[in-house]
Amino acid sequence: MKEIVIISGKGGTGKSSICCALAHLWKEDAVIADCDVDAADMHLILHPQSSDSKDFFSGVKAIIDPKVCSSCGLCASVCRFDAIRKHEGKYLVNELDCEGCAYCYHICPTGAISIPEQNVGQYHISQSRLGCTLVHAALNIGAENSGKLVSKVKSEARHQAKLENKEFLLVDGSPGIGCPVIASLSGAHFVVLVTEVSKSGLSDLKRVWELVKKFKIPGACILNKADINPDICKEMKEYLHKEKILNLGEIPYSEDFPAAISMGKTLIEQNESTWRPVFENMGNAIKEKI
Amino acid sequence: MRIAIASGKGGTGKTTLAVNLALYAAEFEPVLLMDLDVEEPNGSIFVEGEVQSETAIYRNVPQWDQGACTLCGKCTSWCAYNALLKLGDTILVMPNLCHSCFACSELCPVQALPMIQESMGKLLHLQRGKLNFVETKLDIGLEQASPLIAESLRFADKHFQNTGMQILDSPPGTACAMISAVKTADFVVLISEPTPFGLHDLKLAVETIRQLNIPFGVVVNRDGIGNDDIYEYLQQEDIVLLARIPHQRRIAELYSQGRLLYKEVEEIRTALQNILGYAKELR
Amino acid sequence: MKIIFTSSGESWDSMIDPRFGRTDFILLYNEETDELSSIDNRDIKDVAHGAGPKTAEKIFGLKADILITGNGPGGNAASILRKLPLKIFVKAGGMTIREAYEAYKNNKLEQGL
Repeated sequence: MKEIVIISGKGGTGKSSICCALAHLWKEDAVIADCDVDAADMHLILHPQSSDSKDFFSGVKAIIDPKVCSSCGLCASVCRFDAIRKHEGKYLVNELDCEGCAYCYHICPTGAISIPEQNVGQYHISQSRLGCTLVHAALNIGAENSGKLVSKVKSEARHQAKLENKEFLLVDGSPGIGCPVIASLSGAHFVVLVTEVSKSGLSDLKRVWELVKKFKIPGACILNKADINPDICKEMKEYLHKEKILNLGEIPYSEDFPAAISMGKTLIEQNESTWRPVFENMGNAIKEKI
Repeated sequence: MRIAIASGKGGTGKTTLAVNLALYAAEFEPVLLMDLDVEEPNGSIFVEGEVQSETAIYRNVPQWDQGACTLCGKCTSWCAYNALLKLGDTILVMPNLCHSCFACSELCPVQALPMIQESMGKLLHLQRGKLNFVETKLDIGLEQASPLIAESLRFADKHFQNTGMQILDSPPGTACAMISAVKTADFVVLISEPTPFGLHDLKLAVETIRQLNIPFGVVVNRDGIGNDDIYEYLQQEDIVLLARIPHQRRIAELYSQGRLLYKEVEEIRTALQNILGYAKELR
Repeated sequence: MKIIFTSSGESWDSMIDPRFGRTDFILLYNEETDELSSIDNRDIKDVAHGAGPKTAEKIFGLKADILITGNGPGGNAASILRKLPLKIFVKAGGMTIREAYEAYKNNKLEQGL
């Protein structure tokens, strides 16, 4: 079973659309994992029917029991995040500001503070309308994505892929360069970078590739909106060549991307004759490299 | 007046709007523009100004004092983030997991973990006419955006307290980085696109801003690429629609070249006027 | 020599776990005594951030000479492992523990870090 992770440094590059298109092509051979948990979008195209949903617990928040609180204020004095304020004589924790460091919990002289683990969201194992399994998660407001959640989503997806005897695990990776991206990448056999051909796209590509290089995972790149800026496109191709990143191809700026999304379709459903050959070629190139 | 520009999803035009808004406003009054998307700052690509200063931004992390330590190991149980490890007779600090809560340092019975300053990012200050542009970039390998964002805002409070118009380009998403950037704002502009992805992420952003209790309005970008569901949603929820920027290939081209849009696109100029007008009424 | 492997199971026929920080098991093979023992690392799934260092902490006391894994440790774990006199070999992903050991002995693996 081969794991292919699709990432892009910044948003709006077309990563999710491209991931859905590949999912469409490989629907019989793959399980899909949506690890872009802060802004999980694939379910809008794949319309999953959940067959299994589980709560996800991560991190703690401090809670002060007013009945036990002696109003000494020690907690507020040690909190580095300004999360504890006095309210009507007692001290209260502002949930949004609390970082779960538990310093107040350790220091409270009356034991008025507890640190329950937080239910920060749910992850689902679902059937997508294309027929393939989609493992995805949704975080509650203000909750932070983490390597833990991404790993959970991936391990559930891997488990499903083994159960269903699928050849590929296609992962829609987390954006940025932090812990969730690292967890998205860990265990991958191949990385596909989706980049937008623009000045900001180029600088983001470089930042992300620096991170990927640490993991010694072979990579390829798709240049989206390639005809918008031929100069940057050339510069990007030179960078890919220098860094030995496989150039999967250039996709011109296309109205099909937003149109497909607004219709809730994959690119291939939106315009089969154009997009099927494009993604088939890319898919084959990826398969060859693995 | 502090205006934060935010969005549920990335790539909706947040930085473009923030930069254009700032440069437009700077035609009339001194403006501070801050790029708080510290993981992937892009603003400096669009703002050309003279470099005024480059400052290293520090945070506090513990440093192990071997001489004072009794190897009791209690510090590793206090740390909520696994940033302290006991490896044989060494206590190892993992600074990029540290959240700077000071618990280990202040609770250690023998003061063997004094806090020291460590670099977490670089702050760049550029100036162009009446516009001051501050961009902060997180050091590679570091994951936590929030402390750098908070420190950048403290820098702004200290050095730009007399600049009446402040515009914050926030990180995308609705997690703690965005909240850190937005929570000190007087007004939030949420930018989205009229597509299912855009609407879905806008709803998450709206829920977040409502929890923060800050007045906000919405700008719809790339109007025409999707459908009208977003407008129905805004009406239902009684949310102010600040502007509709049409979807035009020309705009995408200008953007990819790093060009300013409000001088060349009428609708964008109008959008900016609306935003500033609305914000002024709140003042 | 003492050799440790990141593994998805507890036997010679188990597959190498390509990850370091979030590996399910750590297998230790002592070449002198021909003993294979295992450490269960599956509680690492409760760790939100910093899984790599936590796992590195577990292997610290083993005094291993060689680590054989798939993709290699991430930045945090690598900074800890560098402090040990431990040689790391990567690209064993897709092999069983037995195959990975053979590959190492035949110089087929890549040295990492």
